[in-house]
Amino acid sequence: MQFNVEWLKKWVAVDCDAAAIAERLTASGLEVDSVRGVAGDFTDVVVAEIETCESHPNADKLSLCTVDDGSAERLQIVCGAPNARPGIRVPLARVGARIGPEFTIKRAKLRGVESAGMLCSAKELGLSDDHSGLLELPFDAPVGVDLREYLGLDDTAIEVDLTPNRGDCLSIRGLARDVSASCRAEYTGQAIEPVAAAVDDRFPIRLESPADCSRYAGRIIRGIDPTARTPLWMQEALRRCGLRSISPVVDVTNYVLLELGQPMHAFDLDKLDGEIVVRRGRPGEKLVLLDESEVDLDEDVLAICDASGPVALAGIMGGLDSGVTDATRDILFESAWFNPATIMGKARAYGMVTDASHRFERGVDPAGQEAAVERATALLVEIAGGRPGPLLLAEEPASVPRNRPVTLRHARLNALLGFEVPKGEVEDILERLGMAVTPGDGSWSVIAPSSRFDIDIEEDLVEEVARIYGYDAIPEAPVTGAVAVGSAGGHRVSLDRVRESLCAGGYQEAVNYSFVDRQLLSAVHQDESCLPLANPLSSDMDVMRTTLLPGLLGAVARNLRRQQGRVRLFETGVVFLQGDRLDEVERLAGAASGDALPEQWGETSRGLDFFDIKGDVERILALRGPQEEPQFKPASLPWMHPGAGAVIELRDSTVGWCGAVHPAVLKALDIKKAVFAFELDLDPALDRDVPFAKEISRFPSVRRDLALLLPNDASYTQVRECSARAAGPLLEKVLVFDVYQGENLKEGYKSLAIGLIFNDVSSTLKDEDVDPLIATIVAELGQRLGAQLRG
Amino acid sequence: MSQVTELQQRALAEIEASGDLRALDELRVRYLGKKGEVTAQLKALGAMEPEQRKAFGQAVNALRDRLNQAISERRAALEAQALKQKLLSERVDVTLPGRGEHRGGLHPVTMAMERAIAIFTKLGFDVATGPEVEDDHYNFEALNFPPHHPARAMHDTFYFGDGRLLRTHTSPVQIRVMERGEPPFRIIAPGKVFRSDSDQTHTPMFNQIEGLLIGEGVSMADLKGVLHTFVNAFFERSLAMRFRPSYFPFTEPSAEVDIGWEKTGGEPGWLEILGCGMVHPNVLRACGVDPEQNTGYAFGMGVERLAMLRYGVSDIRQFFENDLEFLRQFN
Repeated sequence: MQFNVEWLKKWVAVDCDAAAIAERLTASGLEVDSVRGVAGDFTDVVVAEIETCESHPNADKLSLCTVDDGSAERLQIVCGAPNARPGIRVPLARVGARIGPEFTIKRAKLRGVESAGMLCSAKELGLSDDHSGLLELPFDAPVGVDLREYLGLDDTAIEVDLTPNRGDCLSIRGLARDVSASCRAEYTGQAIEPVAAAVDDRFPIRLESPADCSRYAGRIIRGIDPTARTPLWMQEALRRCGLRSISPVVDVTNYVLLELGQPMHAFDLDKLDGEIVVRRGRPGEKLVLLDESEVDLDEDVLAICDASGPVALAGIMGGLDSGVTDATRDILFESAWFNPATIMGKARAYGMVTDASHRFERGVDPAGQEAAVERATALLVEIAGGRPGPLLLAEEPASVPRNRPVTLRHARLNALLGFEVPKGEVEDILERLGMAVTPGDGSWSVIAPSSRFDIDIEEDLVEEVARIYGYDAIPEAPVTGAVAVGSAGGHRVSLDRVRESLCAGGYQEAVNYSFVDRQLLSAVHQDESCLPLANPLSSDMDVMRTTLLPGLLGAVARNLRRQQGRVRLFETGVVFLQGDRLDEVERLAGAASGDALPEQWGETSRGLDFFDIKGDVERILALRGPQEEPQFKPASLPWMHPGAGAVIELRDSTVGWCGAVHPAVLKALDIKKAVFAFELDLDPALDRDVPFAKEISRFPSVRRDLALLLPNDASYTQVRECSARAAGPLLEKVLVFDVYQGENLKEGYKSLAIGLIFNDVSSTLKDEDVDPLIATIVAELGQRLGAQLRG
Repeated sequence: MSQVTELQQRALAEIEASGDLRALDELRVRYLGKKGEVTAQLKALGAMEPEQRKAFGQAVNALRDRLNQAISERRAALEAQALKQKLLSERVDVTLPGRGEHRGGLHPVTMAMERAIAIFTKLGFDVATGPEVEDDHYNFEALNFPPHHPARAMHDTFYFGDGRLLRTHTSPVQIRVMERGEPPFRIIAPGKVFRSDSDQTHTPMFNQIEGLLIGEGVSMADLKGVLHTFVNAFFERSLAMRFRPSYFPFTEPSAEVDIGWEKTGGEPGWLEILGCGMVHPNVLRACGVDPEQNTGYAFGMGVERLAMLRYGVSDIRQFFENDLEFLRQFN
C-alpha cells in the first residue's frame, strides 16, 4: 500500500514529519518499504500561461512562445513540445531555477533565438513518466504562483509492506487509525454526508448466497457528463498512491478504494438486465472481464449477475460488457461486502491479483458500504454532474460478521510480555485503535472495530498493546531453565567426525538441490522410484533425488570444465525413495576425479583407482571401531563399471556402494575423465557399539610371510577367511603386501604375498607352536582355493 | 726417563694430528696395543732394578693413562666432527612443500549451521528433526494457516499433486515434537526447506533453524534474551538488535528481528535476520498443550542468511553452485 502523507493528515492530526511517521509505522508493525518525495527536487518553477506561440524561424520542431509568468514583463521562450499552444497554463522553470541537484536554468540562445526559461513536462519535474509534451495545468491555475505550492508538492509518498492480517490498513482511513495510536495523535476522520436523491430510480438487488455476500449497497446516477475530466487534485491524489487516472467514474471508485478501503464497481446501467443477483457461478457460465480475458465460472466462485447472466466476478473484477465507457451517462455503483473466505485464493486461481481481491480476501469493513457509496456519489456529482437516485442496500443482517468482545487480562498481558504495561496505557492504546474498551476486575472487555479482522483472542490484543507500546520496551531476560542433556550419542558416530575425516582426505563439502532433472536420474539408472514435483521451478529440477550421485557428478563436471584438474567432493543429505510409502533416507556420498594426490614434487603422479575410493570409504567406516569390518562384494550396479564396483555390507545388509562410475554415465554428463564415487546410508554406516576393552598380549608376536600362487578368480577375502579359519585364535592379523599378475606366472594365476601375524595372550609363541598352523593354512588354501606356495 | 717423555710428546702429537677414527685406532694399537710401544716399556720393567722399576713403572703407567685420555678426547672430537659432516650432508630445503593430500573443507552453510547448533545446544536446546516431504496439515493447517489464506501466498510451495508438499519452513517439526511429548519443550530443528523462488537472495532450497521453547511462565522477554544471546555469540560481537511487530499465523504476538549492520559503504542500518513470536494458542491447543498453563516462543532463521553475513557472501546462489574456487575460501 502506497499513500501520501498529506492525505493521511486529513484523517489524523499528526504533526511529525514523514520520516518520523515512517519510523513509527515500522516500529508498530506496518513495515515501511520506501519513503519518497512526490515530485522531483526543483525550485523556482511557477504556473505560467502561453500567450502566443509561433514557429521558430530557424528550426522546424521548435516553437517560439510569449509567456506570462505573472510579472510585468513577457518572456520569450523556445519550446520543443508538440502541445505548446496559446492559452494553456504550464509549468515554467524561470532563469535561475534548479531542476535536480545540479541542473540550473540559464538564459540561452537556441538556434539563434533568446530563451528566458524552460517550459516543463511532467517527467522533467519528476511527477510522472509522461514526456509527450508540456504538463497542462487547469485553466484556473493562478499564473505566477510557485508550482510546488500550487500542487502541494512538498508531500511524501510512503509505501508500506503490509502483512496479510492487516487488510484494514489498505486505506487512508485505516492507516490513520493506526497512526493515531502509534504517533499518539488525534484521529479526526472525515465527515461523509449522505447525498440527497435527485431522482427516484432504484434497481433490484437480490442476495442469493448471504454467507458469501451479506451486504450490497448501490446507487443509480443518471446523466453524468461523459466529457468531464478528472480534476488535477484527484489525479494527483491517485498518482501519489501509485494509481493512474483513467476516467472520472473509475477515478472516483479508486479514490474511495484508497480513502476508505472499500472496493467499488460501476456498471453501465443501460447494459444491465433487470436486476442484480449475487450468487455462486454455474458450470458452463463464461464471463469476459474488463481486462478482456475470458474466465469459466463454477460453483466455487461468486458471481454478480443480472437477469441474463454473470456481469462481474465478485470481489475480483467487473465484466467488460457491463462496464462504463466513454459514452456512459447512467451508472449503477456497487459497494458490497464479500466474505474473505469466499474470495481467498480465487483471483490467484485465475492467475490474477486485483486491488479489489487483495482487499476482500484480507477483509473489508462490513459496516462501510453505505459511506463509500455516499462518498463516491458526492465526488462524481461534483466532477461529472448527474442526478443520484436513493441509496440502495440489500442486506442479510444475520450473516454480517460482528466482532465479539474479547477479554484481556492485565496479568496475562504482563506475563506474556515479561514486563508490566501500565493499565492507563493499555486502555489508551486500545481506544486509539478504535476499540470499545470496558474495564473489569483486572481485565478489560474489548470489541474491535468492524474494520479489524484480526482480533479474535486475548493474544491478539496482547500484540496490539505490545506493538503500539513498543517492542523496544520489552526487556531481555537472561537465559534460564532446566537443561535437558538428551542422549549423548555413544552408539552413533557423529557426522562431524565423518565430515572431518573426508576433509582430511582432501574432499570438499558440496550442497546440491534436493530436486534434480529426471533425465539425470535415468542416466544413472535410479529413476524408478522417484517422486515428481507437480509444480517444478524448471524442468531441470522436476523430481526429488533418489541418490546423491547425479548432483555430485554435475558438480564434478562443472568444476572439470572450470579447469580444476582434480576434484573431490562429498555431500550429506536426504534422498527420497517412493515405494508403497515414502522413505526419506539420509545418505553420504563422495565423488573424486583426477590424480590420486595433488601434483607435488615428492610423489610420482598416479591416476585414482578403485582402491583409493575404497580406502576413503574404509576410513569412514573405521570410525565405527575395529570390531566389525565392512564387506566389499563385487557388484554390477548399472551406474558402475562392471569390473570395478562393489556393494558394501555391514552385518549382512547392504549399506552402500563404491567404485568407478560407468563410462556411459560419464558420457551422458559430458565428463571426459574417470570418476570414482561412493554412497552410504548414514544410519547403518554411523551406527556403532560402544568400545569395550579386552586383554592385550604382553608377549612378542610372530610373523610369517607366504608367497601364494592363486587362480585369478580367488579373492583376497577368501584367502584371509580361509587362513583365519584354519589357524584359529592365535592368528591375530592377516595383511597383504604384494599382488602381482602378469608375466612369469602360470596362465590364469596371480601371485599374492601375505603376512600372518600370530600372538598369544599367555605365552611367547615358539616355532613349534606356529609351524603346524602354517602347514594347516597352506594345506587349506591349497585344498579350498587351489593355492600353491611359490618356490 | 727422557725416553718416556720423548715417547709421550711424540704420541700426543700424533694423536692430536690424527684425521679420522681409523687413524686414531691405529695409533691406539701402535702405542697401547699388546705389541704397542707403551706396552713394550711395561714389559721392560721386569728387567729393571727394583728402585728404578718403581719410578719407571709409575712414569709408564702415567704415560698410558695420559695417552688413553688423549685418545678418548680425540675420538669424541672426531665423532662430533663426523656427525656434523653427516648432518650437513643431510640438509633439506625446508621451504619445499610438504608431502601428501591437501585438506578439503566444510561447506560454509554447514559451518554456519553447526555453529548455530553448538550455541543453542549450550543454551540447553535439544536437536529435533522431521521429514522434508510434509502434508498440508503439518506445514499449514496445524500451524494455524486456514486454507487459501493470503499468508500462504508468502510461501511459494512445491506440491506433489497428491496433498503432499515440500515443507516451506521447519515449523512442522514444532508440531511433531509437541504431538509426541509433554511440555516443557526446548528444541531446535535445523533442516532444509523449499520455496519456489530464485534470485540473488532466494534459492528454491535453503536451510532454516527453528527454535521452540514451551513451559510455564515463558514470556517475550525470554525470547528477546535468548535471541540476543544467540546473535552476539554467533557473530562474536555485541550487536544492536530490534524487534519489529510482524505477522505469522502460528505466533501471536509475532516479530521480525533486525540486527544493527553496516550497509555497504559503512552506513549504519538494520538487517532482518529472523522471524519469531509467542506460539499461538490455536497451535498449542491442536497439539494438546493447554495455553493457560504453558506458554512459549518459537523462532525461525535462515542459515544461508547467517552464513552470508558471517562469511561475506553476497549472492545466495553461490552456495549451491559447488564451485571449488568458491568453496575453498572457507577452508
